[in-house]
Amino acid sequence: MHDIYSFVSGPLAWVAFIAFFAGIMYRLIDMIVQVIKKEPFIFTYMSLKYSLRSIIHWITPFGTLNWRRNPILTIVTFAFHISLILSPIFLLSHVTLWDEAWNISWWTLPDGVADIMALIVIAGSLFFLIRRLTQREVKFVTSTSDYVILAIVAAPFVTGFLAYHQFFGYPIFVILHILAGEIMLVAIPFTRLSHMIFSLFTRAYMGSEFGVIRKSKDY
Amino acid sequence: MAEPAKKQEQEVKMTDEGLEVGASRLTEDKIEKVINQVLKAETGARLKTYVDTCVHCGLCSEACHFYMSNDKDPKWSPVGKVKQTIWEMINKKGKVTPEFIKRASEIASTECNLCRRCLQFCPFGIDIAYLIATVRRICHKLGVTPRYIQDTAHSHSVTMNQMWVKGDEWPDTLQWQEEEARGEFPGLRIPLEKEGADVMYSVIAPEPKFQAQLIYQAAAIMNVAGVDWTMPADMGWDNSDMAMFTGDNEIMGRVKRAHFETAARLRVKRIVMGECGHAFRSVYDTGNRWLGWSRPAIPIVHAIDFYYELLRDNKIPIKEKFKDPVTLHDPCNVIRGGGLMEKSRFVANALCETVVEMHPNREYNYCCAAGGGVINCGPPYKLKRVKGNRVKAEQLMDARARGAKVIISPCHNCHSGLKDIKNYYDIHMDIKFFGDIIYKIMEKPE
Repeated sequence: MHDIYSFVSGPLAWVAFIAFFAGIMYRLIDMIVQVIKKEPFIFTYMSLKYSLRSIIHWITPFGTLNWRRNPILTIVTFAFHISLILSPIFLLSHVTLWDEAWNISWWTLPDGVADIMALIVIAGSLFFLIRRLTQREVKFVTSTSDYVILAIVAAPFVTGFLAYHQFFGYPIFVILHILAGEIMLVAIPFTRLSHMIFSLFTRAYMGSEFGVIRKSKDY
Repeated sequence: MAEPAKKQEQEVKMTDEGLEVGASRLTEDKIEKVINQVLKAETGARLKTYVDTCVHCGLCSEACHFYMSNDKDPKWSPVGKVKQTIWEMINKKGKVTPEFIKRASEIASTECNLCRRCLQFCPFGIDIAYLIATVRRICHKLGVTPRYIQDTAHSHSVTMNQMWVKGDEWPDTLQWQEEEARGEFPGLRIPLEKEGADVMYSVIAPEPKFQAQLIYQAAAIMNVAGVDWTMPADMGWDNSDMAMFTGDNEIMGRVKRAHFETAARLRVKRIVMGECGHAFRSVYDTGNRWLGWSRPAIPIVHAIDFYYELLRDNKIPIKEKFKDPVTLHDPCNVIRGGGLMEKSRFVANALCETVVEMHPNREYNYCCAAGGGVINCGPPYKLKRVKGNRVKAEQLMDARARGAKVIISPCHNCHSGLKDIKNYYDIHMDIKFFGDIIYKIMEKPE
């Protein structure tokens, strides 16, 4: 068990982080090269002002027409995404690991808050799952990969929650938790989870087109 | 803009020769080759990023009038239409059947107006209209385009106008309207080929073809307002562009080049265009890009903007304001696509005593379901188009319940689309252009 732990938390963690950062770099560079090669006109229309106008409206809860039209979804999706991003970064046990390995540390969330955030992510995943299964317009465009992606996102939080509370099988859940986290890191650049990176750019481009040319709101 | 069709009560299964014959000529090899050629050579980071970023959340659905009007059947949602077309083509690497292409063409050309309302609903700003336009482009290259709209593209190609208006018919029509108008406005001219004029006035071909009174009205307004204007006597006068909607970018480019070059030849300061939406999209946003101009080579002024200037500067003396309460339809291409919502309201309030807002309005307005070339696909799709816009009927009935008697629609396609909707749903409202109202209420010589 200890060997497996050392492996997943050592070499495999290296692989996952490298794949994550290199993958993001690769996807971004590939996108930019493609734009330069085939659609350089996009740069002509990009506007910082309207990019930010669009991004800020969409990252503000109820900041857009469609967020306001779907209040429950808006609350869930914001709580879900905020928890998903913040809790792994500011979790005390994670920061402790960084501290032990690299002697670096930063501010951490109180454990109780992090615990609630994990539950929010799990509940959010369930919400999205039920939405996929029950809402006709979502179900119609859902493919197997959508469920897989959802599972990839939920898994680190489910296993992390179980490991933290040490209900049963602690060592196994820690290993599963680390594995699940690594799978998610690797999946981000290479699946539709890449919306984490690309949504900023698609938003910025649409915001620019709407601001500069169409002189109307895209939010 | 197409000829107004007669009221059609029952659903009749009509075949579309453009799709049937086109698809019958296809082989799977050809389909694969063409799809991959378009995907590889003509698309790039945008398409790939859009497809990779879409998380299949369905949040675009309620933006679409077709989806809302068809009892929220998911196959009508924007992403549902994307799934049934371009996703399949990409996932199967172009290995799809002629039957699939036929259906994809029907979806892309007749079940989406490219109105871009869903772009405002997508959290990621995915350009769904671009994805559907790419499907049209593929179908065009495969020769599977609805027949009626293909015919208008042919007309563009041969005559540089949308309605097969022949060389001599155009100046004849203008001279006829000039002669008519001189009865009412002595000394009125429709100046042809006047080099160095401030304004080149351009229209869509249906105006000379069967709505010549609109040219009469425009001439009357120009005359009363004392505008230094001209119209070209030769090709290049038509600003419309159905090739843009069939995916025939090459013809779009030729037509737009002729238009801009005509304006350049006449050395006008700017092009003022009649009350048409799709033509505005073509000259202001799409055609110029195809020609390599980031912005129109010669400033484009839509009629709303032009009337706004004239009314702001008191250039049009008004006898008395239009009495009947009006409601304002915001056409997608000039409002969502051109930001003229407040100017449109300025014009409406300057002309009319009462303006009743419909809801939603401004850039969030529902589409007329006629634009994007859909009405130009002709009678086979009329009922689908009208039934597919029940929400527009509800929106109009609501405005009517709050007193509106007249719909102002500063766009030809919207005009025809709304007319079909009001006839089908028995909504007793008149539809007018701004030009109709200005002409009616302005001071005329005794």
